This record gives sequence, C-alpha cells and structure tokens, in this order.
Amino acid sequence: MERRRLFVALFGALALIAAGCGDDANDDAADDTTETTAAEAAGPEALKELGDGEGQVDLIAWAGYVEDGSTAKETDWVTPFEEATGCKVNVTLGNTSDEMVNLMKQGNHDGVSASGDATLRLIAAGDVAPVNVSLIPNYADVFAGLKDKPHNTVDGKNYGVPHGRGANLLMYNTSVVNPAPDSWGVVWDPVSKYKGKVTAYDSPIYIADAALWLKTAKPELKIDNVYELDQAQFDAAVELLKTQRTIIGEYWSDYTKEIDAFAKGNSVVGTTWQVIANLLKAENAPIEVTLPKEGSTGWSDTWMISAKAKHPNCMYMWMNHIISPEANAKATEYFGEAPSNTKACALTTDKEHCTKFHAEDEDYFKKVAFWTTPEKDCGDDRGAVCKDYSEWVSAWTTIKG
Amino acid sequence: MGVGLDDHQGLIPYRYRPPATLIGRGAAGPISLGARMTAVAHVGKLLRGKRRTQLAVLLAAPMGWLVFAYLGSLAVMLFNGLWRFDLGTQIVIKELGLSNFERLWNEAVYRTITQRTLGMAALVTLTCAILAFPIAFTMAKLAGPRARRYLLVAVLLPLWASYVVKVYAWRTILAQEGVLNWMLSPLGLDGPGTGGTGLTGIWLTLTYLWLPYMILPVYAGLERIPESLIDASSDLGASPFTTFRKVVLPLAFPAVVAGSIFTFSLTLGDYITPRLVSSSQFIGNVIYDQLGVAGNLPFAAAFASVPMVIMVVYLLAARRLGAFESL
Amino acid sequence: MIYSRSLRWLLRGGTAATLAFIYFPLFILALYAFNSARVQRWPIDGLSLEWVRRAAQNEGARDALFTSLKVGLLATGIALLLGSLAAFGVARYRFFGRDAVSFLVVIPIALPGIATGMALNSAFREAPLIGGIEFGTMTIAIGHATFCIVVVYNNVLARLRRTSLNLEEASADLGATPVQTFRHVTFPAIRTALLAGALLAFALSFDEIIVTTFTTGGGVKTLPIWIFQNYSRPNQGPIVNAVGLFAILLSIIPVYLAQRLTEEEVVSPAAGAAAATH
Repeated sequence: MERRRLFVALFGALALIAAGCGDDANDDAADDTTETTAAEAAGPEALKELGDGEGQVDLIAWAGYVEDGSTAKETDWVTPFEEATGCKVNVTLGNTSDEMVNLMKQGNHDGVSASGDATLRLIAAGDVAPVNVSLIPNYADVFAGLKDKPHNTVDGKNYGVPHGRGANLLMYNTSVVNPAPDSWGVVWDPVSKYKGKVTAYDSPIYIADAALWLKTAKPELKIDNVYELDQAQFDAAVELLKTQRTIIGEYWSDYTKEIDAFAKGNSVVGTTWQVIANLLKAENAPIEVTLPKEGSTGWSDTWMISAKAKHPNCMYMWMNHIISPEANAKATEYFGEAPSNTKACALTTDKEHCTKFHAEDEDYFKKVAFWTTPEKDCGDDRGAVCKDYSEWVSAWTTIKG
Repeated sequence: MGVGLDDHQGLIPYRYRPPATLIGRGAAGPISLGARMTAVAHVGKLLRGKRRTQLAVLLAAPMGWLVFAYLGSLAVMLFNGLWRFDLGTQIVIKELGLSNFERLWNEAVYRTITQRTLGMAALVTLTCAILAFPIAFTMAKLAGPRARRYLLVAVLLPLWASYVVKVYAWRTILAQEGVLNWMLSPLGLDGPGTGGTGLTGIWLTLTYLWLPYMILPVYAGLERIPESLIDASSDLGASPFTTFRKVVLPLAFPAVVAGSIFTFSLTLGDYITPRLVSSSQFIGNVIYDQLGVAGNLPFAAAFASVPMVIMVVYLLAARRLGAFESL
Repeated sequence: MIYSRSLRWLLRGGTAATLAFIYFPLFILALYAFNSARVQRWPIDGLSLEWVRRAAQNEGARDALFTSLKVGLLATGIALLLGSLAAFGVARYRFFGRDAVSFLVVIPIALPGIATGMALNSAFREAPLIGGIEFGTMTIAIGHATFCIVVVYNNVLARLRRTSLNLEEASADLGATPVQTFRHVTFPAIRTALLAGALLAFALSFDEIIVTTFTTGGGVKTLPIWIFQNYSRPNQGPIVNAVGLFAILLSIIPVYLAQRLTEEEVVSPAAGAAAATH
C-alpha cells in the first residue's frame, strides 16, 4: 500500500518535471528560432542616445587589457576613467576566446574585448549589439586599416571598436636555444633537440599556425587563407600538430602558466604574446622574442557591447575611453601591440613603439593572419567545403590526445 | 547495532502525557487554565500520533530538494546529451539522437581519455589508502588523547589551504628547475617533471590533495574496532602481522571503501589539476572545454554521463561492502 | 594489545612520513608567500614582505574572504537543517525506501563536481514554475549545501543510532513535551555530532571551487574563485600565496577548538548511558 503510493508519487514528480522542462524546452526552441530570424531582421539594437553613466561597468577582457594600477602604479588607465565618468570598472578575465564567448552567453557582463575568432560567433548568437559609432567621438581617429573589418562588421553594421592589433611571436630561452631561431621550423621539427620543452597555445585556433607553417613546408597544398582549410589541408595540419605533440612539454592557455613555464625551465621555445615576454624580462629571465620570417598569426581585438548590457552608457564611455589617444597608447604599449588610434603613437613612452609594432604599416599587417572564425564557406571558388570551427574544436581534442 | 530501534516493530510511539502540575487533574489534553502553547508545541500536538505525517514533515525538505531539484536537474542536464549543438549558429538542435554517444564511442581519443582517468582514479585511491593507514592507525590506537587531537588538527588543517594554491605549490616542486629535481640531482636522478604527459605529477598532486579525505574515514573506522578483538587475536597466538591481516584489515575495509568514494570521485571529475600540472586531458578537461567552447552543452552532458554512471555503479558496490556505515 | 617496539616505530615512521608529505608543499607555499620575485623560481630569489603587505591591503581578497565565510555559514546552516531532518527520519522511523535515502544523500558529493555544477546551473537558470533564480551568494550556498548534507547526515545518523531511545521515552514518561525532550535529552546527545558535521561541511564549502564556478553567475567571488582568477594574472600571483598562508593560519584556532569541543562526547551523560546499554 505504502509502496504503491510512493511509486505513484515519484512517477507524478517525474512527470511534473518532464512537463515543466518540456515547456521550457519548447519555449527555448521557439525563442531560439525567433531570435535567429529576428537577428536577421532586426536583432539587438544599437544605442541611439548616450545617457548618464550607470555607476559601473562589467567587462570581460584579456589579462593586461584593463589595468587599474594593481600590477604596477604606472600601469593604470582605469582609474582616470573611473574618476572622469563615475563608472566603476569590474573585470572578469578570459583566458581564451572560447571562455569569453561562453561568459558573454551568460549575459552578466556589459562588454568584452573579443578577438576575431570570437566576434563572429558572438554576433551570430545575438549576444552582442551593433555599436553606434557616432556616439564614440574617438572612433574618428582610428586607423583606416582597422575600420570596418570583416571580423567585426556584418551587413554594414559595426559591432565594436578596435583595441589594437598584434602578432603571435616566437619566444625562446637565450641560454638554451642556440642559434637564435628566425623561423617557426624550430617548433615543428619532430626531431627537435628541445623535445619535451616546446610550448604551444592551447586553443583550437592554433591549427591556423600549423597551416601557416605548411604554407612554407608544403606549398603543394596551396594554402592561402589559413582559417579556411579544405579537407586535404586540414588533415595535413592536424597530422603536423599530432607530430608536434610528441615534442610538446606543455600547452599554455593562461599567462601565468607560460610565464611560469619559461621561468622554471619547463619550456624553452614556443609561441607567445609580447606582454608575456615583457613580464619575463622584467623578472630577468633569459628570453627573447622574434617574428619569424614566415610571418605569423595575429589578433585584433574588438570591444563589443553585450545585447543584455545592464550599463550601456558606461560601456559606451569605456569604449570611447579605451580608444582615446592616452589610454590606447598606454594599453597597447603595455600589452605589446599596435594601437588603434592614430594619435596614440605620439603619446607612447617608447617613441619607437609604433615603428616596432608596425602600427602605420598596412603592408606588414597584410602578412599577419588575424584570428577569425573558420566557416564552412571558404570564401573563394572552392565553395562551402571548408572546415568550420566545430571541426577545429573536435580535432584539437584528438590532437592533444 | 541500533539498540532501542529494533525493539519496536514498525513505528515507534511517542508517548506524551501532560505534566500533572500544568493542568487540572484528569484533563484530557495539555491546554487548559490559560496555559499558553508555543507555536512549536502546537505543531507537536498536531503531529501527535500521526507517524506518517511526522515522517513526511521530517523528510519533506531534504528529500524534496535532493529528488526534485538536484536529481531532477541532473536528469534534465543528461537529457541534453541526446540533443545536438550547432557551433556555427550557436543553437541547440532539439532532435533526439545518439550522435553524441556515437562520437564518444567511435572516436578513440575519448576512450583513451576515459581509460586514463579511470586508471588515475584507481591509482590515486590505492596510494591514498596506503599512505593513510599508518597515520590513521596511530591516531586510532596508539596515540594518547592529546597526541590524537594534535594529529587530527594536523590532518584537517591542509583542507583549509586553497586547492589552487596547493596545486601551484606542486608545480613549483615538480618543475624542471624545481624543488624535486634539486633534491634528486645529487643522486643523479631526474624528477617526473610536468612535461610530456605529466601523469606522475598528476598522480602525486591528486594523492596529496585527497589524502585527508581518506585519512578521516579510515581513522573513524579503526577507532570503532574494539581493542578487545585485537587483544583476543594476540591472546590466541597470532603475530601482529596476522592480526593485522585477519582482524584489523577486514574490519577497516568498509572504512577504506568509504574513503575511496571521495578519492575516486574527486579524481574522476577533476579538471583543474590536469590543466595546471600537465598537458594531459582527463574527462573533466574535455567536459569543461566543451562547455567553454561556446557552450556545447549536449556533448558535455553526454560525456558527463560517463563518470556519473561509473560513480553510481561504484556507490552501489560500496554500499554492498558496507561503506555507507563508515562514511 | 601490547604493540611490539618495532611495530610502534614502524607506525611512527609511517606517520611522520605522511605528515612530512602533507606539510612539505604547505611549507613551499609559505616560503613563496615571502618571495621577492614575481615568478616562483627555485631556488627562491629572495625574501620580502611585499606580497604579504599587498595581500593584507587587497580589497578583492578581503571581499572574497568575507563572501566565502558568508557562503560557508549559509551552506553549513542549510546542511545542518536538512541533514538532521533526514537523519532523524531515517533513524527513528521505518519506511519503504529507507536505504535509498542514504544513497541519495551521498550522490551529490560522489558525482563529479562538474556534473553537479552543470546541473545546478541549469536548475537555477530555468527553475520551472519560478522562472529562474538570480545567481549570487544564495545559489552558491544552496549548491554547497547540496553536497554538504551528507556529512551532517552521516554524523547525526551514526550518533542517533548509538543513542538509546530509552532516554527519550523516559523523558516523555516524566512528563516532558516533545519539544522539551528534544531540548534537554536529544539535542545534547547529538550536539557534538552536529558540530563535527558542521565543521566538515564548512571546510568543504570554504575550499570548493568547481561547483562554485557554475553557481556564481560571474558576479560573486568566493575566495577559491578569486585565487583561481588571480593566479592567471602574473602580477597578482604571489599575492595569492600570501592569501593562502593567511587562510591556513587563520584556521588553526577554529579547527583546534572545534576538535576539542567534539571530543567532549565521551563525558556527555546521554551518550554514556547509551554506551552502557549496548
């Protein structure tokens, strides 16, 4: 008697849950489809008018992009902003583009500094709103070469403002690696004498770096756009990466891990960002960086505003601030990338900064393959046979093993 | 076990009789002569004699939460495993299908990762059990009350140091130019390091992290073994080793299994340690990465079902071995 | 049993070895809290109080610490309530599915944290009938309480099983209301079990990171989350070591006190009487 009642109760409970969740599921499905059609039609709207600041702004950013003086007193472009606008800055760090996309999805932040391999996904998902650049005075001074790029402009609508642009570099331990390398070959050589101490960036987007090397190593593959790879090119890249796995010591996805690895001797050569090299040099680690002769992959980050931003006015104020000459000069000099504001070059501490980072050299940046989201449509006469990002992700898991 | 509980078959009566001083003689109930009752006493009166209602009231909150909220949401999450996720359009395609599970089964890398994780879990459990025994036995049987107290505090204290900080300390220890290599180099040996697969490093770190979770139940279990049994065994002529093997170990075994529930499950789901101390992928890493990769919840949920099923089976086995009484 | 000399020394040696194993990394952690460089190199670059000083002034760390304490207390409270209720139900009554309760209660802590985290995340986000719960301190506390229930439950259940019902019956016979019986007879008997369970539950909640990551919603930072995020910032990294050291030192007194309090069980009359009836 009791047993039966219990069963009935349990069954009823499960039925309730199923019903409840079924409804949610149907709602979600309905919402999703309406959202996608809506995105095609209207989507999130750009702000029409700038109002007063809301008192705070919640950002997702790369480590080193939003510095408030806690790292070093001079490294601060947040406090002046907070004082001028009254918007308190809260920042959540994202280590990879994937993390940032996921954080944006949760809808708790106002904006994100998204790289090209995240921007298109964010736009497609409707997680970011178009930006009304007329509300951002400093946008007028942005380099022409950074405006209206395919990775952040869709259907003629701007989806953000550029922070800067930079390349992935090759870093090596000067006391161990001899002679000083000038080619990426040193990290792809299967019989490398640095076996077990090579490092690479832990993200599926690194497959593009393999493709970049194959441009030189296997020209018969005719790789042109390293982010649009057809089956043969993709397979070759994956093979190369699997071979590389045997000489890899550790992959790095966050700053600290790579700094740690080079400082402790776990890694002696591998891909890096300028800011990491700067930090290691500040600690007197024996390292050097170089841009190899084959060119490199790179990134240009866009500050985007969330479609669910709770503090849109502050976000617009931040976007205006971060591309202002003073802040942009500080931020890009610290991180080690070319600024996005033409007037920033005059304000960097190192007067050679813009020259070093080729800020005004559009031809240079033609050799840098900026991160972007691989899509099925190859964008050329091959048609829609290329590997999209989901396949890059699956392949990456298989490569790491 | 359970003296007093089994004396009454079925429901145990609570006999409530009003205090004679509070009411007039012969009154039927406790309320009378303007005596005020607290709200709790009201409830008590309402529930008097109604065993099933009492039970329902007791269990409503905990079981309600665990069954409906927790298990319910687990079920819903696992249900996601039957759907697909389109990374291009960022939508979950709600068509039932086994494509995720097919992928898990067919692609060798996922089998490798699962085997690796299981193997590590077993190894860590074994090492923890071996390391835990001496200290647990000392605490339970040898140490005086004061020493036992200090030992317990000493074992519990590391639980308060943050997990991440402890793992980073191990990174320093295991590093190429780290402490371990520095200590081993005069002997001409080379430490495991964090390079390559880094599995040795993971093994050491995880054993270190979960050790207190094994020591506590084993200590409790050993403490429950009556001294008289051990005395009897040695009186009957058994050597200490035989006593250990035939008396102590079997009696402590359920406690070891209880501790192993923690070490096994914690290893099975961990993704932070493999990421920080090595470049190897464990089940937790793949699930977390899949989620982080723009939230491919269906695939993550499908893969999450693997350690969950393993743990449920493990728990059932552990219960049979009597671990639940020793938790 | 008279343990032989060699056995004693063997056990002592094993204990010492295990303790050394446990405390060596903590010693490293303490050492690097005083590191003069930013990177953790070996041998250590030098000693300095810089990071300790910065940690003491760090607002983020302090907020995170208070948040962790808040969450811990909330979670422990919820776990105490739910765990004791369940334990009483199982100990004092017989019903179909009694064994299942013990199984059910242990599942949250036995399943991988990431599964629990994902499940609770979607539960909070899409709670049917109430349209979702706002992520924050409460959701974290509820998440923690879910897997802390088992430690309270087990402690209380074990104690209830050892406590003879005769005492409660005697109390009722003497005219006490159920409430008075609980207050004067039952509660003292289980008090130390509650304390032991509460202590362990608090420790579990304080150091938990995986489930917390999924139930925080990005806004609220407990101490483990703060530590994890700040380790990614190379210039904040060393501060984390100092914070970690603080945490251990701060907890020595409470842990010791709690240990002393939970030992008093052997003197409590209720348990003593119960032991006598075994």
